[in-house]
Amino acid sequence: MQDDAAQNQTLLGADELVLNMGPQHPSTHGVLRVKLKLDGERVRGTECVIGYLHRGVEKIAENRTYQQFAPYVDRMDYVAAVSNGLGYCEAVEKLLNVEAPPRAKVIRTIMTELQRIASHLIWLGTHALDIGALTPLFYCLREREEILKIFEKYCGARLTTHAFRIGGLQYEAYDSFEKDVERFCKDFERRIQEYVDLLTGNSIWIGRTRNVGVLSAEDCIALGASGPVLRASGVKWDLRRAQPYAAYDQYKFEIPVGTKGDTYDRYMVRMEEMRQSRLICLQAIENIPAGPIIGKVGKVLKPPAGEIYHSIEAPKGILGYYIVSDGTTQPYRVRIRPPSFINLQALDKMARGHLVADVVAIIGTLDIVLGEVDR
Amino acid sequence: MQIPLDNDLTKRYREQFGVAILDAIEDRKQPYLVVAAAQLAGIARYSRDVEQFDLLEDYTAVDWPRREKRFDLVAILYSFPHNTRLRLKIPLAADETAASLVEIWPTANWLEREIFDMFGISFSGHPDLKRILLPEEWQGHPLRKDYDILQQDTAWVRENLGIESGQ
Repeated sequence: MQDDAAQNQTLLGADELVLNMGPQHPSTHGVLRVKLKLDGERVRGTECVIGYLHRGVEKIAENRTYQQFAPYVDRMDYVAAVSNGLGYCEAVEKLLNVEAPPRAKVIRTIMTELQRIASHLIWLGTHALDIGALTPLFYCLREREEILKIFEKYCGARLTTHAFRIGGLQYEAYDSFEKDVERFCKDFERRIQEYVDLLTGNSIWIGRTRNVGVLSAEDCIALGASGPVLRASGVKWDLRRAQPYAAYDQYKFEIPVGTKGDTYDRYMVRMEEMRQSRLICLQAIENIPAGPIIGKVGKVLKPPAGEIYHSIEAPKGILGYYIVSDGTTQPYRVRIRPPSFINLQALDKMARGHLVADVVAIIGTLDIVLGEVDR
Repeated sequence: MQIPLDNDLTKRYREQFGVAILDAIEDRKQPYLVVAAAQLAGIARYSRDVEQFDLLEDYTAVDWPRREKRFDLVAILYSFPHNTRLRLKIPLAADETAASLVEIWPTANWLEREIFDMFGISFSGHPDLKRILLPEEWQGHPLRKDYDILQQDTAWVRENLGIESGQ
């Protein structure tokens, strides 16, 4: 305690205050602690203290076999578990030099895009809730419920799905899979319009999000921010287009870009991304190829010694897996490149000069999940 | 699966840095260069400015305890203009410090803090090198291979959480 006070003495000017936005806070989206250095209500600097949810996932990976580790990756970004699983399975498949069969790739793409919509719905609901708009949350969770029902019918779990296996899929798409996805997608356009009606032209929303947390394109790239944060700053780049994986090269979709890089632009980019994900799903279900769902992968996986880096466009940004194999059944090192961790670094730059209330909006717009930040 | 690499990119690096490029390998179609730690800052700056690797996608380390140079710092670079990736591997001895890349890629700030936290590798020139995921007073660096999976800093836990932990 005394140490803290002494440290604060050196940090504080005559009019500065250090306010703790503690790990327990309704708007920090998890256990995130932000020390705000304030001058009145203006933020002069922030310092993030993280690690409250650190579970040592990378260390655990060195003590499990490749298949045993797959359920652990779901728990990092627990809001978008299917994406995490896709990245990991594809990385290990590259390490083994096997490829998932076409049917598996298409079903994986559909599941991942549904998961992207679900993740963005949670983001929209909680972000609006933090800013004060209470209604969108209920609507978003209603839509997300439909997606989670599809996941439950497919693999038995709603949240931490472990939907994919190394080499393909374990479960066949159930009988009414295409019909369910189609019904959801057909309904969804009308629902997105509801959110747009509530928020997009709303003067309070615009007042709270326009020009808040501006991040230029150069800053984004320098700070490593990726995903919707990067696109809202004007960089028209999406890993699904730049280095396609799964079945993304077969489908037509737009990459939404913003101009200013403020919170409002990030909101518009994510809304448009939901629309594009819906279009990808509709294209994919028209023609799911027949065939096997898993490639030639043995029961015991022993990739030849070496390493691989594979990254995907997760809903939060670039999710990368760097896996080093030493030829045994357990990986030697698994490094997960967490988009939320790296995007959170930009918080300091974005929050300076804004009010305390804007810090809440900025944390919401970065779309962080502490499970991924801390692993 | 590792084959020696000798493409145009490698030739340019070798021309620029000579013996600092210790090795160039392609593993499963992904290229990486093994570079000397002493030249890390120069090579990083060249990669960003000339070769246009403007994104430091990831920065981590791997522990090979039986090797003479125990750690391998691994930087994964991505170039937006060329849409390619390059890995740089920097072998580092246990007590060696590496140059910080924060000046070149600001994203390295938290990434280097995490490497310091998990492996104990220090970076010279880093603005604020302290632990990031673990509490600041924690003893030990968990991702080293001599740190057991069930090991904890039981003294810290006893003092701060008031429980007897350590399965």
